[in-house]
Amino acid sequence: MAIAERPAAPIPEPRGVLASALAMLWRDKLACIAAVYLLLIALCAIFGPALLGNVGTGLNLQMRNAPPGSIEQGWTFIFGADALGRPILPRIVIAAQNTLGVATAAVLTSMIIGGLLGLIAGYSGGWLAVVIMRFADIVMSFPSLLLAVVVLYVFEPRVANLVLVLAITRMPVYIRTTRAEVLEIRERMYVSAARVLGASTGRILARHIAPLVVPTLITVATLDFAFVMLAESALSFLGIGIQPPEVTWGLMVAQGRNYLSSAWWLAFFPGLAIMLTTLALNLLSGWVRLATDPEQRWRLEIKKRRHA
Amino acid sequence: MPDPHHLLEVRGLAVEFHTAQGTVHALAGVDYHLDRGETLAILGESGSGKSVSASAIMNILDVPPGYITGGEILLEGKNLLEMSAAERRRINGERIAMIFQDPLAHLNPVYSAGFQIEEALRAHKSMSARDARSRAITLLEHVGIPDPARRIDDYPHQFSGGQRQRVMIAMALALRPDVLIADEPTTALDVTVQAQILELLKQLQAETGMGLLLITHDLGVVADVADRVVVMHRGRIGEGGSVRDVFKAPSQDYTRRLLAAIPGRGPHDPARAPRADAPLLEVRELCKHFPVTAGLMRRETGEVVRALDGVSFEVGAGETLGIVGESGSGKSTLARTLLRLEQPTSGEARFHGDRIFALDAERLRAFRRAFQVVFQDPFASLNPRMTVLDIVSEPWAIHKGVLPRARWRDKAAELLERVGMESSHLRRYPHQFSGGQRQRIAIARALALEPELIICDEAVSALDVSIQAQVIELLKELRDALGLSYLFIAHDLAVVRDLADRVAVMQRGKIVELGTCEQIFERPEHPYTRTLLAASPEPDPDVQTERRRRRAASFAA
Repeated sequence: MAIAERPAAPIPEPRGVLASALAMLWRDKLACIAAVYLLLIALCAIFGPALLGNVGTGLNLQMRNAPPGSIEQGWTFIFGADALGRPILPRIVIAAQNTLGVATAAVLTSMIIGGLLGLIAGYSGGWLAVVIMRFADIVMSFPSLLLAVVVLYVFEPRVANLVLVLAITRMPVYIRTTRAEVLEIRERMYVSAARVLGASTGRILARHIAPLVVPTLITVATLDFAFVMLAESALSFLGIGIQPPEVTWGLMVAQGRNYLSSAWWLAFFPGLAIMLTTLALNLLSGWVRLATDPEQRWRLEIKKRRHA
Repeated sequence: MPDPHHLLEVRGLAVEFHTAQGTVHALAGVDYHLDRGETLAILGESGSGKSVSASAIMNILDVPPGYITGGEILLEGKNLLEMSAAERRRINGERIAMIFQDPLAHLNPVYSAGFQIEEALRAHKSMSARDARSRAITLLEHVGIPDPARRIDDYPHQFSGGQRQRVMIAMALALRPDVLIADEPTTALDVTVQAQILELLKQLQAETGMGLLLITHDLGVVADVADRVVVMHRGRIGEGGSVRDVFKAPSQDYTRRLLAAIPGRGPHDPARAPRADAPLLEVRELCKHFPVTAGLMRRETGEVVRALDGVSFEVGAGETLGIVGESGSGKSTLARTLLRLEQPTSGEARFHGDRIFALDAERLRAFRRAFQVVFQDPFASLNPRMTVLDIVSEPWAIHKGVLPRARWRDKAAELLERVGMESSHLRRYPHQFSGGQRQRIAIARALALEPELIICDEAVSALDVSIQAQVIELLKELRDALGLSYLFIAHDLAVVRDLADRVAVMQRGKIVELGTCEQIFERPEHPYTRTLLAASPEPDPDVQTERRRRRAASFAA
């Protein structure tokens, strides 16, 4: 057998789950920075509109397309101002609420529902699996903008409908990923062992299959986050979802596009916010994957050591 | 004039692996040598470092994490470690060739067997396509593939396990190497096929005069084919010498323990009579047929594979029935069907007189409690995301009311101690244990519901000999203390001999012979049983020499 005996890793004294999670986060400096950044963005989303609502929506035509880097007009103009003279920094802070609200709701909905449908399709087989997979195929082959227009036509253009459209269009990714993983995992011997013990289907799915699929889904979801933020701006542009004077990062990028040659900062800073948020989520999801896998966790538990 | 140099010599070779858990000295100064026409066996258990020196010779060591930190490897006196990568590549294949344990993993599935042999030829010699092909056909014929001109265009999956190993040997021998390294060449094969492959290797060696470096954990194989043996343990060579010396008069403790752990050598225990009159498990005319499908639409062709073809037997309370058969004989299908993981095609099985295949949900739960299983692969049968505590107490979570949650931890600790582990292991995860320890955890889980019958499906096949002996000893102890019955399924006759009261021999879905252990091993009646017994190598060089002589005589006659 090729598997060499490994000395068992030293077992740390049991600590609180939170304490050991924080200790592991501290070991991974990049994930740590990402977590701090996301915490900051979350605070902006929660308190931003209440604190800066007036600053971010007040017009100031003297400051139209004011360049960034100057604080003569106050710190709010450090990233410059947009075409109507509204300061960009406070607007990014305010927009965090709508942006993250819509994106989080859409990503979580599609991940949870898509994941559940994938679990069912992968484990049950039979006609139910066929129905679910054909549904995924139909959604995938259906242009998302067309779907959005249909929804817009039938329902009112509301934020909830925007979330629904985004969630449904992204669902096939989760259904297919989950199903593929489940098909492999359900043949593993410990699943047979659980069946022999008399475990119910629900228990097998919850205890033996889902924990191995979830890390993959989380990784897919963080990558999807950026996509959903941009798709949301396209839909908002079409008139369903977020409408001015409400604002999202995607909408700011879309509005700034007309001024790319003359005032790049209009699109750049909200674009940067989208990119950094996605990057931070991605780094953090990598950390989560390591921290939740008992076979990999040691990478976060030991101190870095240089090899000869 | 005798060559002043050995054909291949390894001197003071030291290899380290840098891992997260610290530096592992995989080889700590290893010396051995190999001459022309000679077979040297490197014997060791998993983790002993027996394969590492072969990787170093072939320059396929993973660097990092592995580093060669000392020593030299001499091929006819020239140090391989000082050569350039290009020179090493020229030597690989042409002077030194290697065959591996699992030929399905080491043959490329998208190329035909012929293409891969031709590639080995043309990588080193300029040769026309036509010449390479005719040479490949000759080679396939040489290694005993029937009808080679037709089979040369077949793909690896179209060959049986033994034939794939033959194809790999043909590839290795394509350039007539001076040294052939065989890393566990027969471990994945059935005993009858193993005997044929070993025979083939011996015969080819006699023809070409190559040196054969055989890496194995199997003492029987060593006794069968090797001239000399070195025993490896924890990266060091414990002892070396002629096979006869080492086997008959081992000088080191470790070798003695290894030899003592060989299964199936003691006198037969008298078959213990079952405790009650009524059998615990009664199987009648059990059949399981798999339909053969063809084409993209998985159309059923009407043909069936008869995995189980009318199997009948009984297991009494407290009795151990061994079931022996080669791969494809249907023994695992039998286990899966009895465990209700598969639906039988026809036939019946009764447990305590209840028909297993007709149990309603409630009765099925009771049946699951009394009827447990330990699977073959200890690396796959435990959920990697669950702690040992979760794994061992899962049966109580499923069968609520058996044990209150507050007592799970204590009871799990007790079970772990019962199977020879420590209660401090409860917090750990499966990957932190060795194969033998994991199998103990699986046994603890099976015991949690206090079953009456445990199916052991190749439960010790993946373990080293010494670990195997310990686990069998544990199974015996538990049987005697708890009055368990076992259905002990194995491909290895010797293992069954140590544990079973009665033995059933399976071939192609049928039980061809069933009798007490003593009957089967001492007075086998069915020709297949005799073939099986004759093919499994005895870890005694004298017995093997005698067998070899008799076989040669029967050929000559």
